[in-house]
Amino acid sequence: MSWFLDNFDYVRELFVRHAWISVLSTLIGFAFALPVGWFANEHPRLRGASVFIVAILYTIPSIAMFILLPGLLGTPILSVSNVVVALAIYAAAVMVRSVTDAFGSVSPAVLDAASAAGFSRAQRVFRVELPLAGPVLLAGLRVVSVSTVSMLSVASLIGVSNLGSLFTDGFRRDFLTEIVVGIVAIVVLAVALDLLINLVGRLLMPWASAQQTPRARISLARGSRA
Amino acid sequence: MSVVSDTIDWLTDPINRTGPDGFVNRTVEHLGYTAETIAIAAVIAIPIGLWIGHTGRFRSAAVAITGAFRALPTLGLLILIVLFLGIGLTPTLIALTVLAIPPLLAGAYSGLESVDRQTIDAARAMGMTEMQILRKVEVPLALPIIVGGLRSAVLQVVATATVAAYVGLGGLGRYLIDGQAISDYAQMAGGSVLVILLALVLDGLFAGLQGAATGRRPKKQPTTA
Amino acid sequence: MIEYRSIGKTFADGTEAVGDFSLVLPSRTTTVFVGSSGCGKTTLLRMVNRMVDPSKGQVLVDDVDIATRNKVELRRSIGYVMQHAGLLPHRKVIDNVATVLRLNGVDKKEARDRSYAVLETVGLDSSLATKYPSQLSGGQQQRVGVARGLVSDPNILLMDEPFGAVDPIVREELQAELLRLQRDLDKTIVFVTHDIDEAFLLGDQVVILKKGGEVAQVGSPADILAAPADDFVRSFVGIDKGSRTLHVEQRDGVDVVVDGTGKATGVLEAR
Repeated sequence: MSWFLDNFDYVRELFVRHAWISVLSTLIGFAFALPVGWFANEHPRLRGASVFIVAILYTIPSIAMFILLPGLLGTPILSVSNVVVALAIYAAAVMVRSVTDAFGSVSPAVLDAASAAGFSRAQRVFRVELPLAGPVLLAGLRVVSVSTVSMLSVASLIGVSNLGSLFTDGFRRDFLTEIVVGIVAIVVLAVALDLLINLVGRLLMPWASAQQTPRARISLARGSRA
Repeated sequence: MSVVSDTIDWLTDPINRTGPDGFVNRTVEHLGYTAETIAIAAVIAIPIGLWIGHTGRFRSAAVAITGAFRALPTLGLLILIVLFLGIGLTPTLIALTVLAIPPLLAGAYSGLESVDRQTIDAARAMGMTEMQILRKVEVPLALPIIVGGLRSAVLQVVATATVAAYVGLGGLGRYLIDGQAISDYAQMAGGSVLVILLALVLDGLFAGLQGAATGRRPKKQPTTA
Repeated sequence: MIEYRSIGKTFADGTEAVGDFSLVLPSRTTTVFVGSSGCGKTTLLRMVNRMVDPSKGQVLVDDVDIATRNKVELRRSIGYVMQHAGLLPHRKVIDNVATVLRLNGVDKKEARDRSYAVLETVGLDSSLATKYPSQLSGGQQQRVGVARGLVSDPNILLMDEPFGAVDPIVREELQAELLRLQRDLDKTIVFVTHDIDEAFLLGDQVVILKKGGEVAQVGSPADILAAPADDFVRSFVGIDKGSRTLHVEQRDGVDVVVDGTGKATGVLEAR
């Protein structure tokens, strides 16, 4: 505890850094997955292909991704941007699938009714499909944000500092407290982001109160990776 | 690109293939960690998951626990256990088991939940015991989702087992950690490629298994009275 | 014979499905429980094979209180047919039918043979035996459900709105089929429906239920029509709407039967 208080500023700095890298990566991944997933749902034949590509991306271990990307992007291995890209790729990989499922979960009868009521194609997408897909989208986003927070800690192995640095540093110094502080901080961050997403969901979709649909529960079984 | 050719050179150099530090041996070690972890995690998580799915009890507790397990960073957990128990296989297995439990547990209970309640009711009305309902109705029908959970767990463990090398064990993670220590990019990249290949092969294997579990029943309904 | 003795059922959430219910269901007859949703008819049916245990009172089958019997064994000795057939989607038709036999320890070959025989009894072609339930039409699935209920030759057959989910034409077929089967097989059938026409068609004894399992009237269809107990029954069976009150009008020397709304429904022939 005294170590934590003595090093509070250091831990806070890592926490903030961890938070923005995670959030940025998740958002980039989401921004990419949303149109791709929507498109894949509209074109069933692309669905299979997208699921396949996504599955391959997802099999790449995070540490391998952190190491290989600089060689491909030409960025220095210690750069944050390469970590963000790597995490965003994972986030997108997981979310393309759940976005496809989310749009797929919207009842065709409702869409039909919307068209009959005079919604244009674009209006239907933004005012009907997107809100109705919302709860499943949100469930996917929650899974991804937790795994991104956890996965980022692995980047400390290649020397990019974040809360995971407390693990590597604590291991080198054989110092238990530092590791416990790291774990607690990561769990706190993961829970905080989860609550935040849930809150945003409740505000944006008061009708759904962010409850999980059966569909979302099943896609949870696909899990996440640290 | 020299990075790519260096990596290919590393992968094709016979020196890197054989011996205790060769990638044949490392792959076997890596698979060993994965298999042991999955076996332990399955023995713990699947019966519990089936029980939760069958009885519907403690479901929200299970969701909360899987969520919490998911948030635990494996690297931190591993190092923490190593500091308690010392270097060895056990800490790695414990940390990886914690990682593997959520998808297995969720696969088991959500698989059982996906089974039509009316089918189960019919099985009970016919006079099946609870155990028979589980064995003959629920598990066969939930199998694709249970195997899906297994697939997801294997994938996560095989990818994450690389961290074992960080606490002094073997496996394919060795190349990543050792390569980084001496800034040997080709070794790191080569090791990464091996992990990806292994993950892809295993994923393909389990995808096939999942397909076999799903594919026995026709889904289409050519209905003519 | 099935006997309900002062049965009551309150579910865990506090809803009272059945208040106080007593009735004797004679052997080798069809008793139909009919009523709107929430009248407790399905609950009463499910008490016979202990899918529901009563909160108070007893259910007796052949003078034995079934509470003393093992649930699982009891269920294996009673046929059960439900809405949507409730077939196991991962087993072929023949294996669905054979399930109860296999549960009762009948060997595989004999179970198959008897299952093929009963498929024929319910009018299903044996070529359907190796199909999966999802490959059958709703009516065919329902026949498989009936076959499964009959295969172990139980004395009692419970039928919970078995024809509720099929279209009217198929429903008529299945009803006719059931009447034919019952002539041959002589089971004690307990049948649940919300359709009074179905109840009158199939039932030897019809039990009209109000909310909470309260009996409005028990009797044969003819008894009930001849002397409806109260306005509820009169309205439920449709006497007040006129479709059940028929009279004869002469048309060119022929006796035409006309209902209360003035609609001709048939001609009267001399016996």
